[in-house]
Amino acid sequence: MTPTVVLPVTIGVLYAAGVYLLLDRSLTRVLLGFLLLGNATNLLLLSTGGPSGLAPILGYAEPEEMSDPLPQALILTAIVITFGIAAFVLAIIYRSWRLVRQEAIEVDEEDRRVARRSGTDADEIDPDDLAPEDRPAMHADTFAADNEVEATLARHYAGIASDDVDLPPTDRHLR
Amino acid sequence: MIRVLTPLPVLLPLLGAAAALLVGGRHPRMQRTLSVAVLTAVLAVSVALLLLADAEGAAALSVGGWPVPLGVVLVVDRLSALMLVVAATVALGVLVFAVGQGAADGDEETPISIFHPTFLVLIAGVDNAFLAGDLFNLYVGFEILLTASYVLLTLGGSAARIRAGITYIIVSLLSSVLFLAAIALVYAATGTVNMAQLAGRLAELPEGTQLLLQSMLLIAFCIKAAVFPLSAWLPDSYPTAPAPVTAVFAGLLTKVGVYAVIRTQTLLFPGGALDEVLMWAALATMVVGILGAVAQTDIRRILSFTLVSHIGYMVFGISLASTAGLAGAIFYVVHHIAIQTTLFLVAGLIERQGGSTGVDRLGGLATASPLLAILYFVPAMNLAGIPPFSGFIGKLGLLEAGIADGGWLPIVLVAGGAVTSLLTLLAISRVWSRAFWRLPAQSPAADTFDAAAADAGPDLSPDPLPGPEEEQEPAGEKLPAASARADRAEARRAAWERHTAVATASAPATDGPGDDEGRERPLRPLPQVMVASTAAMVTVTVALTALAGPLYGIADRAAADLLDRTPYISSVFGGDMP
Repeated sequence: MTPTVVLPVTIGVLYAAGVYLLLDRSLTRVLLGFLLLGNATNLLLLSTGGPSGLAPILGYAEPEEMSDPLPQALILTAIVITFGIAAFVLAIIYRSWRLVRQEAIEVDEEDRRVARRSGTDADEIDPDDLAPEDRPAMHADTFAADNEVEATLARHYAGIASDDVDLPPTDRHLR
Repeated sequence: MIRVLTPLPVLLPLLGAAAALLVGGRHPRMQRTLSVAVLTAVLAVSVALLLLADAEGAAALSVGGWPVPLGVVLVVDRLSALMLVVAATVALGVLVFAVGQGAADGDEETPISIFHPTFLVLIAGVDNAFLAGDLFNLYVGFEILLTASYVLLTLGGSAARIRAGITYIIVSLLSSVLFLAAIALVYAATGTVNMAQLAGRLAELPEGTQLLLQSMLLIAFCIKAAVFPLSAWLPDSYPTAPAPVTAVFAGLLTKVGVYAVIRTQTLLFPGGALDEVLMWAALATMVVGILGAVAQTDIRRILSFTLVSHIGYMVFGISLASTAGLAGAIFYVVHHIAIQTTLFLVAGLIERQGGSTGVDRLGGLATASPLLAILYFVPAMNLAGIPPFSGFIGKLGLLEAGIADGGWLPIVLVAGGAVTSLLTLLAISRVWSRAFWRLPAQSPAADTFDAAAADAGPDLSPDPLPGPEEEQEPAGEKLPAASARADRAEARRAAWERHTAVATASAPATDGPGDDEGRERPLRPLPQVMVASTAAMVTVTVALTALAGPLYGIADRAAADLLDRTPYISSVFGGDMP
């Protein structure tokens, strides 16, 4: 019984392609990557069953000739789970496209706000005591700073609506 | 007796979810009653299981009557029973909170009443993971709870939630694939996925193979538990969800990962090959997490980062691999589930009261609502580990176990743990001093009216889709006769007006000490059910302090069982070892 080389190579290629696609910002590619990873893992499970044999049905084959049924049961469960989750991710992609007319993963604006805050703590300097232009740069409370953040974001992500926008106007809203 | 009860924590919520989905659209009130009743029953069953497991030791049920290594096995031992009880308690508290919020908002967050069924499925998945006696069933439990959590996290489907949900979903998918691959390799190496059988067979493998399998499982579980290098997804995705959802996620989901890590490290791989790696990870989790919390300005994000940080304490206890360390970790898990859930519920109340969770925009909440201040203050001090509370007891147990270990690395971790505790106090008390304690005059909210209004104001929020149930809201509800949607908009406007009134009223009053004049009392009180359920959860966290003695006793015995391993294995194989 010589182990087949086709299965490990296929599994390796599927994993490589899956990981590559998973790193993309486009959600459809991420989904495809996930499906490849899922199939690679299913093949991996299949290969754990050892050499192929007859169908594991009592009376149809002798127990020595049967293939191991457990990995196949596990694969079936895994396929069902992958299938359901893929459907859900597709729905999410569609919703994301409906909302912001694009399907790439967006930046977290709160993350950027926190990252751009200056080192000065609001406890040490009360922004209320300062003239607006003297307030700590990018302080979350500074109205001007908010504009600046918006402007920066708008520059870098022209055409992409921000998180604050909830729904594009639809027929229902116009009516 | 114990075998009859064992499958119920999984079965009841699943059947309840199906029933809740059936009645959901037409009878929202019946749906609420049903889910609360189901979770109450689950809580009762879990308490019974804990008492039985503590008195009689571990027990196993082979589902479907298959002989043991072939079929699916559910195992109750002290650890899993304890986790079941805490999970059911927290879930019930959060569900009542959600019911209160739904009644007050006209189910704003649950347009087609899918919240209740999904929530029950989530609990079924969590309980299944705690009870699973084989690795693949554990995987299925994870998938059930994750799929339910995807739905809950993206509830309503607003742009912010979709964005946060995508990160969460992809990271979870990756960890699931890793877990499944690890199961495949474990099966290839040993020919079984039954955990009790694995405990014997894994030890016979070559050391390198063992290390590979152990690290794959640990990486998969550490992603779910949000241990440092694998924790970045958590603070990114949790804060945007509705308050009850964040609360139950913060309490339960990461702890399921911690539970799986405990099982891996004690039952499957007791050799302690990766203990040192786990210690470094624990240190990094504690310190990096809490530094993140100190940098944040939004209460929910602060809490998310403290959640990551305190996972480090539990991993620390596990990595010590001593009875004292494990007992400390188990007690800390129990304490942390309750406390983190409570704090996120309180954050939900703060948002209703102040119109925001940004600490820079809040102010004077202690005078506006003293009750809310108490509800925040008690669990916050508990989280920081101030002496009389359970947080102190848990941390003390862990630090003592670290010192008793004697090595230099545990001593470093003890120091790191102490620093983390102090920084937690800093992060938590900054929220207190800004949102609650400072005078509204010091709050910069007044001059950011427009900026804040842009994301909290009533005018810009689009009307949610009218759900089928709110059109058929029975007239006998607590709500006024006005439609639920108008009421909701009114409530949001009131919250905003109340906030700005508090923030601006003190401006003319600075010339006198009586800056209380002119400040309006809340126009609409916080919904009673929400306050009551939060208060009940706060009581639970305080009760953990009062019951710390017996609880620590159970944790101690559970830890001894875990290190001994025979109670678990012999419960599955009925005395005779394979």
